[in-house]
Amino acid sequence: MSKLLIEGVSRTFAGVGGGQPVRALQPVDLAVAANDFITILGPSGCGKSTLLRIVAGLEAPSTGRVLLDGKAVTRPGPDRGMAFQSYTLFPWLTVAENIGFGLREQGRPERERNEIVASYIDLVGLRGFENHWPKQLSGGMQQRTAIARALANDPEILLLDEPFGALDNQTRGLMQELLLGIWERRKKTVLFVTHDIEEAIFMASRVIVMSARPGRIKSDVPVDLPHPRHYTLKTSPEFSELKAQLTEDIRIEAMRTAQTQSVGA
Amino acid sequence: MLRPLHPVAPGTRTVLGIAFFVLFVAFGAWITLGGHVNRIFLADPLSMLKDGWRLLVEDRFWLDILITIWRVFGGFVLASIVAVPIGIGMGAWKPVEAFLEPFVSFARYLPASAFIPLLILWAGIGELEKLLVIFVGSVFQIILIVAVKVGSTRRDLVEAAYTLGATDNGIVKRVIMPANAPEIAETLRLVLGWAWTYVIVAELIGSSSGIGYMIINSQSRLATGQIIFGIIVIGLIGLLSDFAFKALNRWLYPWSLA
Repeated sequence: MSKLLIEGVSRTFAGVGGGQPVRALQPVDLAVAANDFITILGPSGCGKSTLLRIVAGLEAPSTGRVLLDGKAVTRPGPDRGMAFQSYTLFPWLTVAENIGFGLREQGRPERERNEIVASYIDLVGLRGFENHWPKQLSGGMQQRTAIARALANDPEILLLDEPFGALDNQTRGLMQELLLGIWERRKKTVLFVTHDIEEAIFMASRVIVMSARPGRIKSDVPVDLPHPRHYTLKTSPEFSELKAQLTEDIRIEAMRTAQTQSVGA
Repeated sequence: MLRPLHPVAPGTRTVLGIAFFVLFVAFGAWITLGGHVNRIFLADPLSMLKDGWRLLVEDRFWLDILITIWRVFGGFVLASIVAVPIGIGMGAWKPVEAFLEPFVSFARYLPASAFIPLLILWAGIGELEKLLVIFVGSVFQIILIVAVKVGSTRRDLVEAAYTLGATDNGIVKRVIMPANAPEIAETLRLVLGWAWTYVIVAELIGSSSGIGYMIINSQSRLATGQIIFGIIVIGLIGLLSDFAFKALNRWLYPWSLA
């Protein structure tokens, strides 16, 4: 049985100021197997973040439904951990308190909380920074904390909305390896949204390519590259071949986005 | 060279700040001691200080100062206790906002001083009336500002908390409240400044003690030195309470400045 089932999920936004309603997402069907690492790749504004937010329960679909372990998603919950592109650590809590936030909301006893928090601090390599405030951390460290915070709840699925999008290229590469390393060891089901082709291939066991707005699934590409993956993989011939194929796919969509935007403007 | 938005060194900043006070006092001394204005209208700094000293020592003016401070803080604390929870409620729950916002916006424009005759009728000319003037003057302001701050809580933080399993109750208590605490404290600091203007007005009418009473009393005796001394005392207390409030906020919310 699939871990996550997306059935006919679409999203239409009401028109602004009496305008035409805007269709962000055409009906999407997707089945995600347990422990799969799925990247959703698409041009800006293709509705990939909307799809992820619907899975998270932060937005309601206009049609269709999302099932996690056979249960319909109606609102956000700790079984679906999420990390965002923007920095969303609670600025009034320390790194350790941020990671322990979800556990505390669920009323887990303090001792147990501290143990779990300590293990995730080690996992994302933030030992020594437990008592720092988010403002004192670099962008990469903040996102590591955010991922640890989402993981600390031990969610059924991890939803990542371009979590490395605001980071510089070098940090981004390191973060990809770190996250992949965590996934290789802990085996989680992951849905990872990105517009970066290399990132999509490097991280994924399966890349879902989305079309230009209104988004729909354009292609579904398995990535059979071996694990553990090392950054040198990005220069291998197999990787390059996949990249060429996806670049072609996404280029057509990006051009269509550009055209509709210039017509609409 | 003065370059736009270019920062000034901390030492220079202090010197410049003090320099204006010095200039200001020097100008006052020049026009008064130099005989450029009538002494009845403006006392010179020296006789102002002398008058002030006499006030403090002989007329027990420090009692008036204490009673005025008590009135400001009493009325202000009362207003904060009522206004902050209402403001948070309005900011967090939109139906509450829809229910209260029009009335509070209306009430905010009612000048506290216009209520003084009514409050005297209701509460007499005792301490309660003075506290109520401060209360009426502050409470609606605090409610509205707090409601706006809370209403603009970062949505992404709220969403993150929901995905971590927070309940609606948890969102209010452990996201909305801590996220806005420094700004609410800053709002209170601002409104405390306004409360000082209300207290003097309250003391000008139907009062037999307080800084405002001393000022109106001095006017009938043409004691301009005392009036100016009273005004300066208010300014100094305002400055001190402002510093204290800022220091308290820095100590309570170090994360917002880190």
